[in-house]
Amino acid sequence: MSCCAPGAEMVPDPGRVTPDLPSNQEIRLASRRLGDGIIQSDLSVPTVHCGACIQAIEAALAKLDRVEGARVNLSTKRVSVQWREGEVPPIIATLEGLGHPAHLFETDGDEKDGMLSGLVRAVAVAGFAAGNIMLLSVSVWSGAEGPTRDLFHWVSALIAIPALAFGGGIFFRSAWNALRHGRMNMDVPIAVGVSLGYAMSLYETVIHGEHAYFDASVSLLFFLLIGRTLDHLLRERARTAVKGLSRLAARGAMVLRDNGARDYLPVGEIEPGMRVLIAAGERVPVDGRIVQGTSDIDCSLVSGESTPLDADAGELVQAGMLNLTGPLTVEATAAAKDSFLAETVRLLEAAEGGRAHYRRIADRVAVLYAPVVHLTAFATFLGWMAASGDWHRAMTIAIAVLIITCPCALGLAVPIVQVVAARRLFDNGIMVKDGSALERLAAIDTAVFDKTGTLTLGKPRLVNRSSIDPAMLAIAAAMGAHSRHPLSQALAGLASPAGQPTFNEVREHPGFGIEAIAAGSTWRLGRRGWAGSNGRIGAEGKTGVTVLTRNGRLVASFEFEDALRAGADTAIAQLKHAGLTVEMLSGDTAAACAVVADALKLDRFTPALVPSGKVQRIRQLTNDGHRVLMVGDGLNDTPALGAAHVSIAPATAADISRNAADFVFLRESLWAVPLALDVSRRAGRLVRQNIAIAIVYNAIAVPIAILGHVTPLIAAIAMSASSVLVIGNALRLQGFAPTTTAPSATRAGIRAWVQPS
Amino acid sequence: MTTLVYLLPAALFLGALGLSGFLWALRSGQYEDLHGAAERILIDWDDKLER
Repeated sequence: MSCCAPGAEMVPDPGRVTPDLPSNQEIRLASRRLGDGIIQSDLSVPTVHCGACIQAIEAALAKLDRVEGARVNLSTKRVSVQWREGEVPPIIATLEGLGHPAHLFETDGDEKDGMLSGLVRAVAVAGFAAGNIMLLSVSVWSGAEGPTRDLFHWVSALIAIPALAFGGGIFFRSAWNALRHGRMNMDVPIAVGVSLGYAMSLYETVIHGEHAYFDASVSLLFFLLIGRTLDHLLRERARTAVKGLSRLAARGAMVLRDNGARDYLPVGEIEPGMRVLIAAGERVPVDGRIVQGTSDIDCSLVSGESTPLDADAGELVQAGMLNLTGPLTVEATAAAKDSFLAETVRLLEAAEGGRAHYRRIADRVAVLYAPVVHLTAFATFLGWMAASGDWHRAMTIAIAVLIITCPCALGLAVPIVQVVAARRLFDNGIMVKDGSALERLAAIDTAVFDKTGTLTLGKPRLVNRSSIDPAMLAIAAAMGAHSRHPLSQALAGLASPAGQPTFNEVREHPGFGIEAIAAGSTWRLGRRGWAGSNGRIGAEGKTGVTVLTRNGRLVASFEFEDALRAGADTAIAQLKHAGLTVEMLSGDTAAACAVVADALKLDRFTPALVPSGKVQRIRQLTNDGHRVLMVGDGLNDTPALGAAHVSIAPATAADISRNAADFVFLRESLWAVPLALDVSRRAGRLVRQNIAIAIVYNAIAVPIAILGHVTPLIAAIAMSASSVLVIGNALRLQGFAPTTTAPSATRAGIRAWVQPS
Repeated sequence: MTTLVYLLPAALFLGALGLSGFLWALRSGQYEDLHGAAERILIDWDDKLER
């Protein structure tokens, strides 16, 4: 830890390396000023899950100096802390101490969701109107006559106005937008049916007529608004959940001025030529050249390479790489907007497009449905005109046809299934960006995986544990706990709970290893050449370049491999069983890929690909007529995620990859992929069933309407019955037993994703 | 018919009262953390922490 990360000084045991805590400057950058010297910081705390957590967090934070108040939001798993101007209180370290790792999330663009409150308000108004109008209508149906009926109709007409304004406006705007661009969507027949129904009922009321459809118009709006609100809630929840994950891109950086002053600047203000200090554990904010310092650099998010690289003065680094062991001074060679990250964004934007052409099932149905309905109503009008010559009667019947065919069931048929499906996936830790993602996933026939970080965890695992003396392993584990290097962390994870060895002095030599002095001996854990190789162990490990030495003599050698993600083998087997071709595209070496491909029995793999190479391979598959699912996590996968028909990313993925992906799974196990496929295929079946139900309903109801037998009462019953049928069918998705079996993806899995590093 | 003169406004007024109550609750943020509200009722705050 260096001077650049004062946040770490709060950590109780400074010798131990803790997961990257945001520095005070970062907290300050991410906070909002409320006025009167009060500052509000919003933090995401994914492990909050019960009332006890709320109490513990709020009580602990309230005790801190200068903290005015803290409030936990359990639904969004966030804490907002209000504190007085001055030194930043140790909020994050306190939360860390309570066992709730916290991180900052993007506050910009996170203003209150106006769309949702608009929808909820519309539902409330439409519900109020529908209830009251229905009460009045029941009186009319049960025999109110003459002036009483007229009074009820007039009152209904009045109540319907706010419902049409608040609720109907949403559909009118959407229908108008579609028509203006020469498209057709489900909102067109809804808007036409509702507004014509209202106009005709108003006319009936004026001429003291018997039948008014105010109740049908408004309750239709009410049902459809419920569907629309659910749909919106689903997307909103996925959005906040994805946003709550820790940011992997740097937010700001410590800039070293020519006069020796240090400034913490937001990434966007760093210009080429500036010198940036990057402490161990920080991400490189912009592309640059190292001018001072030695360290190891983790490039797994950038290039997909699993082994950390050495970094020395003069070498180039790219934005998004993680500095592991030693402080570096980097001279920026590009501004943030020209850095590797921004390049990826451009590739992504160029790659997207295939997906933009996808038309949702509901829209495809609407293209056929709306003209048929409108033509039928028009033909009915002409038919009755010809038969009776009474234009009022012809008009009434034609509008009754429009109202009865108004796609209430159809408007609910798709969203309700997708909401239930998304709910199921959500319960299993999988976020869905929107409904069309479910439809697209159901259609795939090829799955393409990235290697590092997706099929594997991107974290090394010790493979020759059995051949190592447990006492030596305990010493190596205790030393490893002092470093961020992935190999050290892997060893540290193996520490035995009892009897931690103690060291007098521990020093990290960036790029080489760790040196510790205990009881007169000097222990070194690191590169073979540095630690000393004149060992007594004759058997030189094949890949065992990491060794532990005591006073220069080799006492243990460690072999590592990148651990496969939990459930990877069963997930691949299930995908193949579901009829998919499974392929791997990686930026890593052919040898590293072959091991993984072999272990998982993949159909094909292509190693050493650059980001555009992955896109090319996916384009090629698409041109061959395949629908491709891309699963990846790194910056180098992001363009491919955009190019594929549908894409999935783990929660540990780079921010931009998570945003590009249609699905994000939060738990460690790769089981999420076959589960998402299974659920989306079932959802696809239910959607088709629901559309069939809606069509059958129309086939029965439309002839009755055309013959002029539909009264407002019959319309109300028929429409509610079909809606209830469709909702009931959708709920069947909740009950099915998944064909894919869950491995032990429980709370341990949830904890694992919280702190990826 | 004469009873309707006051029954109808009374019914509509009560309905509107409920609606405005809901809209008020929505605006004052009471629907922002439904899970939290359900859990908070079980928390025993110490007196000095009561806010």
